Amino acid sequence: MKIFVAIKQVPLRDSPLHPDASGKWIDEADLSFEINEPDAYALEEALQLKEKHGGEVVVLCAGPERAAQTIREALAKGADRAIHIAMDNLGALDTLGVAKLLTAAVAAEKPDLILTGLQSDDLGSGQTGVVMAELLGVPHSTIIMQAEVRDGTIRVKRELENGWFQHIEMPLPAVLTMQSGSNKLRYATLMGIKKAKSKEIRSVTPAELGGAPAAVAAIEKVYLPQKSKQTQIFEGDAKTAAAQLVEKLKFEVRVL
Amino acid sequence: MSILVVLEQQGGQWHRMSWETLAAGQQLGAANGQPVEAAVVGKGIGTLANEAATRKLAKVWAVEHDLLDSYTADGYTAAVEELIRKAQPTLVLFPHTYQVRDFAPKLATRFSQVLVSDVIAARVDAGALSLVRQFFQGKLSGDVRVSGAGPVFASLQAGAWRADALESGSAPVEAFAPVLSADKIRQKPEVPFREAARAVDLTAAEIIVSVGRGIKEQSNLPVVEDLAKAFGAELAASRPICDAGWLPMERQVGSSGQTVAPKVYRCRHLRCDSAPGGDERRQDHRRD
Repeated sequence: MKIFVAIKQVPLRDSPLHPDASGKWIDEADLSFEINEPDAYALEEALQLKEKHGGEVVVLCAGPERAAQTIREALAKGADRAIHIAMDNLGALDTLGVAKLLTAAVAAEKPDLILTGLQSDDLGSGQTGVVMAELLGVPHSTIIMQAEVRDGTIRVKRELENGWFQHIEMPLPAVLTMQSGSNKLRYATLMGIKKAKSKEIRSVTPAELGGAPAAVAAIEKVYLPQKSKQTQIFEGDAKTAAAQLVEKLKFEVRVL
Repeated sequence: MSILVVLEQQGGQWHRMSWETLAAGQQLGAANGQPVEAAVVGKGIGTLANEAATRKLAKVWAVEHDLLDSYTADGYTAAVEELIRKAQPTLVLFPHTYQVRDFAPKLATRFSQVLVSDVIAARVDAGALSLVRQFFQGKLSGDVRVSGAGPVFASLQAGAWRADALESGSAPVEAFAPVLSADKIRQKPEVPFREAARAVDLTAAEIIVSVGRGIKEQSNLPVVEDLAKAFGAELAASRPICDAGWLPMERQVGSSGQTVAPKVYRCRHLRCDSAPGGDERRQDHRRD
């Protein structure tokens, strides 16, 4: 089966975040980047499905030149080839625009399955996979823990709220958005890293994909959250601190 | 020119966040001078629609069809799309639940729109709506402005509006039967299940003591269990703790777990944010 994995490169999790000069996004000048964590789980699921059923895993990524590093790492883990939608102004697009480009890049390839993370660590909209499914006219399911391919269909374990789960079956092709932690992530082997160097990364421009529409949802400004929560540290030994805490909970928060 | 609030129910039970979303709708409607309508979607939802109609609303839509008995992304998208084309709202609000994450982006796409998800506040400046949401798992906030011809779609974060602010009233209920066909609904859902015997409902807990990866070893858990017991609190944990099997997943909170709105939330060695898949490499809520 032919499996596409849509991945995103995002700032390292502990990056210092400061609004840039425009005030509309963060200053990325000194940041390091990595694969979006849920996307890493989507890649892992794709690689495991390929091990079971054979076929091909193709990585799909939109982003600037630096995204090539993240793509190369995915190839080193075992993906067969990649498509890089090369663009510097990813932030100028909204989810619909990004999903349109990703969809245009995969449509001609006729994949059996498209996997991506349930959301990105930076924007966190949690929509790209769902919108891709709608644009491609294929079924989807979100927050997936496991996927089992059957004859022409896929049966998934979907996480619901409050510790509930549900199995859902749908015909292929389909789009799934994967939950973090649903698998154990593999490391790239030395052999894998060596092999990745000769694997194909096809670079395409948004224009070659028919372009993307102007954003309908635009970020006007970003800022550090106004702290409505306060942290208070109680000093002293456990007994004193506990007494202070009980006092606060009784008379300020009034929950005890 | 109305606001449409899409309420969530499952098997005849309301999702608690439905009322918070309705309260947000009422407040935005009052600020904008817009009528507010609510929609209940499912099968056999007459009682729920009547209950919703005891709130201050212009109308309650009872969107009913046999094929809406179990939730499916395809079925719900088609039904709500049809309702929106009839009711013509300018703003559609949802609770930011797992179910809404599953179908609302698809629905918005049908109107060439983008769902603004996980919204924590909304402002109206000179008639223009700004939606506030979080980025980088709560480390950054941002204002989002939506343009375009279709209605604005937004899902609201748990606890961002309080259900106790709801205004009562009396609204007419209008039945709406969408045209659905079984062959267009591609997802075949099975009966939901739980993996462990369930002992707790964190979403209803008033006090929660929560642990993260900083607890280091499973053998340290009793310390926190004792603390929770002393407070009369429920014990919760972040994803790594539940993934490790130290606590059952029903105790998981945070973005990949449940969004909770207790009066007190005490974190032990974890980072308090709302993003799924969070790990606890950061320990900025570490207290000792």
